Amino acid sequence: MNLSVDFLGYKMKNPVAAASGTFGFGYEFAEFYDINVLGSLSLKGTTKEARYGNPLPRIAECPSGLINAIGLQNPGVEKVISEEIPRLATVYDGKVIANVGGHSVEEYVYTASRFNDCDKVFAIELNISCPNVKGGGMAFGTDAKIAQSLVYSVKKIVKKPLMVKLSPNVTDIADMARAVADGGADAVSLINTLVGMRIDLRTRKPVIAVGKGGFSGPAVFPVAVRMVNEVCKAVSLPVMGMGGISSAEDVLEMMMAGATAVQVGAANLVNPYACKEIIEALPAAMERYGIRDLKDIVGACR
Amino acid sequence: MKRELLTVKSNRKLNESVFELVLTGASPMRAGQFAELTAEGFFLRRPISLARYEDGEAVFLIRIAGAGTAKMSLLEAGQTVDALTCLGNGFDVSANAPLLIGGGIGCAPLYQLAREFGAKGVRPVAVLGFRTAAEAYYLDEFAAVADVTVATDDGSLGVRGNALDAVRAANIRFDRYYACGPAVMLRALAVGLGNGQLSLEARMGCGFGACMGCSIKTVSGFKRVCKEGPVFEASEILWE
Repeated sequence: MNLSVDFLGYKMKNPVAAASGTFGFGYEFAEFYDINVLGSLSLKGTTKEARYGNPLPRIAECPSGLINAIGLQNPGVEKVISEEIPRLATVYDGKVIANVGGHSVEEYVYTASRFNDCDKVFAIELNISCPNVKGGGMAFGTDAKIAQSLVYSVKKIVKKPLMVKLSPNVTDIADMARAVADGGADAVSLINTLVGMRIDLRTRKPVIAVGKGGFSGPAVFPVAVRMVNEVCKAVSLPVMGMGGISSAEDVLEMMMAGATAVQVGAANLVNPYACKEIIEALPAAMERYGIRDLKDIVGACR
Repeated sequence: MKRELLTVKSNRKLNESVFELVLTGASPMRAGQFAELTAEGFFLRRPISLARYEDGEAVFLIRIAGAGTAKMSLLEAGQTVDALTCLGNGFDVSANAPLLIGGGIGCAPLYQLAREFGAKGVRPVAVLGFRTAAEAYYLDEFAAVADVTVATDDGSLGVRGNALDAVRAANIRFDRYYACGPAVMLRALAVGLGNGQLSLEARMGCGFGACMGCSIKTVSGFKRVCKEGPVFEASEILWE
């Protein structure tokens, strides 16, 4: 039985990576278990300068999910490279994905290229779909022309393979995938969160301080499977699928939709052992569905 | 942090909005720490402060704030609760003459704190503030471990006014204060009484430092209420 997959030239021992924003810089979870079981992990979204993010509350409960509006809190790219990644390296032997956010083309290009000489990073995940940052973030992810031109600019400077994280908050996600593919992306990841809102009945105001945020969790899984499937049919790039994955069966389903590898996000927040448990459950789930090699099921559902 | 399946020993209403949930099978926790308790049918866990711990038994005093806590109030003896325990830093329990100041459901963690001071041979003073007499709880329990002053906003029990008013009126001598309650109360204490330890409340995603959902600004950078807190020195908090 083979669980390993190749993704952008990196051999993941299994297809399960922890999703950006739900796993800190990794070492937080090493207190709970040996995170070397992971296929990989995508680091907390990183920007050029340190960011505090949005005012509190940043979290709202939803049926089978949550809304978050963190606002890309992070210590800035210099500290990520000089402190966070070395600390992660003490507990994780594998390579990781650096998730890069920004407000301008220049900022994206600068931050992404700062990882050029970082051996621990095997790919850049360009976050053009964060719904929680004003004046940028998602604008890059919802306009095909702007997205394509951004990817083109980053690709010119960045040395690592470039994966672009797509927003589901668009009319046609296949169009976005084609645009970033034409811009030079090496892979795409999807879906980021869906824009959502909750209202407090007592105060008649939004639960989230900034009004709205990104909805994720098991509730969005069917949307994610559909979008991954559409994107895989539209472009020939490898896809990292995510959105509400909470079990080994979900991993198989996402891979049959077309994903070469997956990320697990919201599930980590309610069960810190989620990734480990999903990985441990994979062989039995594969056995149950007659799967010998995970590579055989990628895009099996066309 | 530990993930534990706890068993309900008892669950009873203390008043219209607060219930006492006694869970067994818990690892040792200390005053100021909290647990993330699952509410059946809800995605996120609920962060609840420890009110008492002894020999594997953890007591949580929970205010019914919404549908999730309402569901938890219906738990019956023998049922199990999936919990993340031993979360957060806890109080320092260092004072020689401690003053404990609680507001509403924020009185709950101060009960375990009073017990821990008691174990060191120190009897603290506790000022417990509630909106009205009907919302008060655990007064007899507190009286056994602390010298208690009660304050209510409407004067229906104890002295009229908020906890800070009561502290000033009673002219209490103390060398360090420990407080938990609404943010507006904690801020007033930080301004009026100077440095002490404050236990903050926040809407949390995970409760163990992963999501950054509960970060606050401090004099030494951003800190997570769930991980570096929930107890902070009053002097380190940069109030919004």
